[in-house]
Amino acid sequence: MTLLDPQRTAVNVPRGGRVSRRGGGGPAGYLFVAGYALLLLAFGVFPTGYAFYLSLTNSQGRFTGFNQFIKVAQDYRFVPAFTNILIYLVMWLVVLVVLTVLVAVVLRGRMRPGVSALFRFLFYIPGALAGVASVLVWLFMLAPDVSPAARLLNWLGLHSFTAVIAPGNLPVIFVLIAFWTGAGGWIVVMYGALNNIPDEVLEAAKMDGAGPWRMACHVQIPMIRQWIVYMTILAFAAGTQLFVEPQLLQTASLQRVSPTWSPNQLAYVFAFQQGDFNGAAAISVFLLALGLICAGLLVARSNLFSLDDK
Amino acid sequence: MTNLSLNAPAPRRRSAPSRAASVLIIGVLLMVLLVFFVLPVVWLLLAPSKTASQALHDSPLSFGSFHEIGAAWNHLFAFQGDAMVTWLRNSAVYSVSALVLTLLTSVPAGYGLALTKFRGRKTLLVTTLVTMMMPSATLVLPIFLELNQFHLIGTAWSVILPFSFFPFGVYLVYIYFGVSLPKDILSAARIDGCSEFQIFSRIALPLAKPVVGLVAFFSFVGNWNNFFLPYLVLPNSNEFPIQVGLNQLLSSTPSFNPVAGAGLNVTIPELALAIIVSILPVLVLFLFSQRTLVSGMLAGATKE
Repeated sequence: MTLLDPQRTAVNVPRGGRVSRRGGGGPAGYLFVAGYALLLLAFGVFPTGYAFYLSLTNSQGRFTGFNQFIKVAQDYRFVPAFTNILIYLVMWLVVLVVLTVLVAVVLRGRMRPGVSALFRFLFYIPGALAGVASVLVWLFMLAPDVSPAARLLNWLGLHSFTAVIAPGNLPVIFVLIAFWTGAGGWIVVMYGALNNIPDEVLEAAKMDGAGPWRMACHVQIPMIRQWIVYMTILAFAAGTQLFVEPQLLQTASLQRVSPTWSPNQLAYVFAFQQGDFNGAAAISVFLLALGLICAGLLVARSNLFSLDDK
Repeated sequence: MTNLSLNAPAPRRRSAPSRAASVLIIGVLLMVLLVFFVLPVVWLLLAPSKTASQALHDSPLSFGSFHEIGAAWNHLFAFQGDAMVTWLRNSAVYSVSALVLTLLTSVPAGYGLALTKFRGRKTLLVTTLVTMMMPSATLVLPIFLELNQFHLIGTAWSVILPFSFFPFGVYLVYIYFGVSLPKDILSAARIDGCSEFQIFSRIALPLAKPVVGLVAFFSFVGNWNNFFLPYLVLPNSNEFPIQVGLNQLLSSTPSFNPVAGAGLNVTIPELALAIIVSILPVLVLFLFSQRTLVSGMLAGATKE
């Protein structure tokens, strides 16, 4: 997941600043949106529909009901892939939520503004390496013969790259990579949200005798709960899509890591190695459904998007 | 928005040792995180200055020599002829073309959604929001299947066109015009006899500079870093963008692949240099816009 995920900054929404709907324009509106609408149809709506269509048919184009779904779900690699991603997601979300919120609270509360800004900048910078670059950097960080953290790895009993990438360690490795590239951005977001709490509220809490911890637990964190939920849902949705990390690790480990570690990789293998586009589409539909549910939840339930005035 | 559950009015003075302990814990946590975030970056910047054997045997955070950086550069750019140059050029072509198309479509679309009325507007808006909130990787395989059906695999367009579709950009422009263009100005312009397109080109566009910059930044960085889509739709090495090229480089490195990489000059320093080169454009953009990003990323959520 990249730091610059568009979703990440969707919190740009001016709070309370509702976009008012203004009349006028007439048919000119169609011309303004025409180019974008075409792209949306071609690369948003159509591929979604096409994936559903493929998943409900066979290679001859005959309707097969849910057979494709049953076929892929019974594949011996299906359950492990989804289990892997589930373990990863649980670890990733716990680490992400606990650490970003804690760090944001500390940076907001106990530090001179200049120092706090420097920390935020340093935490944020690895985000520039999102994608392949970050995975490559971590391949080196995890190779005991070159890593600056070699002592730590040795101390943990990991004396070779092969030992480091043992199957049981993979979720931790992916959490490390995701946290390294993504957490800085979320810390900035959480910091901004904390910054938005009116000073009077904090003053009042202080007057009532709340120390920094009580303030955090009873005032600040409840007040940014909405943003935490938002982050969790987006990180969950993005986490289900893991592809680059396991794929590159598989290349680097000379196939010692399973080529179907994550569901997206399994879909890739179905499409590219087995030529089974219908099966690949069926797995895609599982992931699409997850993404759609998360996105739908955020758009419909949260008031972060004041869509329109009525 | 929240329920303040502060039901402990009695002021509690905490003892000095417990306060010191909490400061200590916080300090240690921040330092550990600082090392975690910064150390890999420092290692990455130092690695190209060493020979492969120095990278293995010297202290990981030592500096080799400038001469070795030059040597690593020469080895890297000699890889498969001028593969690095080709990949970087491809990345630039794909990212910039998509960026131009994104701006050409998303700026008018955001304006249209914010300030004009037409049937289907609400549907378009909701679809945009939902697509924007979905992880972009969800659509990659379906887009591949679609392009495959229409025999567009392996062309530059198979990357550029999907990259150009950037609902988040439309959303940013929509929000921007929605709050920054007062209705009165538009009505006044209409009364003065401006056509809808004159209003857009003479009033809205000159005002849109900041948001165009923001959309351009996110679009470019997203496109430059994208791996999944080009990995699926571009089969030939001479069409790879740099991200997919790095993958190829990785599989030809003796450090990770002693068989295929045997005899090649691409070792640890070269690979580290390749990583730096590949992220350079994004890193430069990051550094230039860091003030906006780090402090003003939450335009609406920071205090005025």
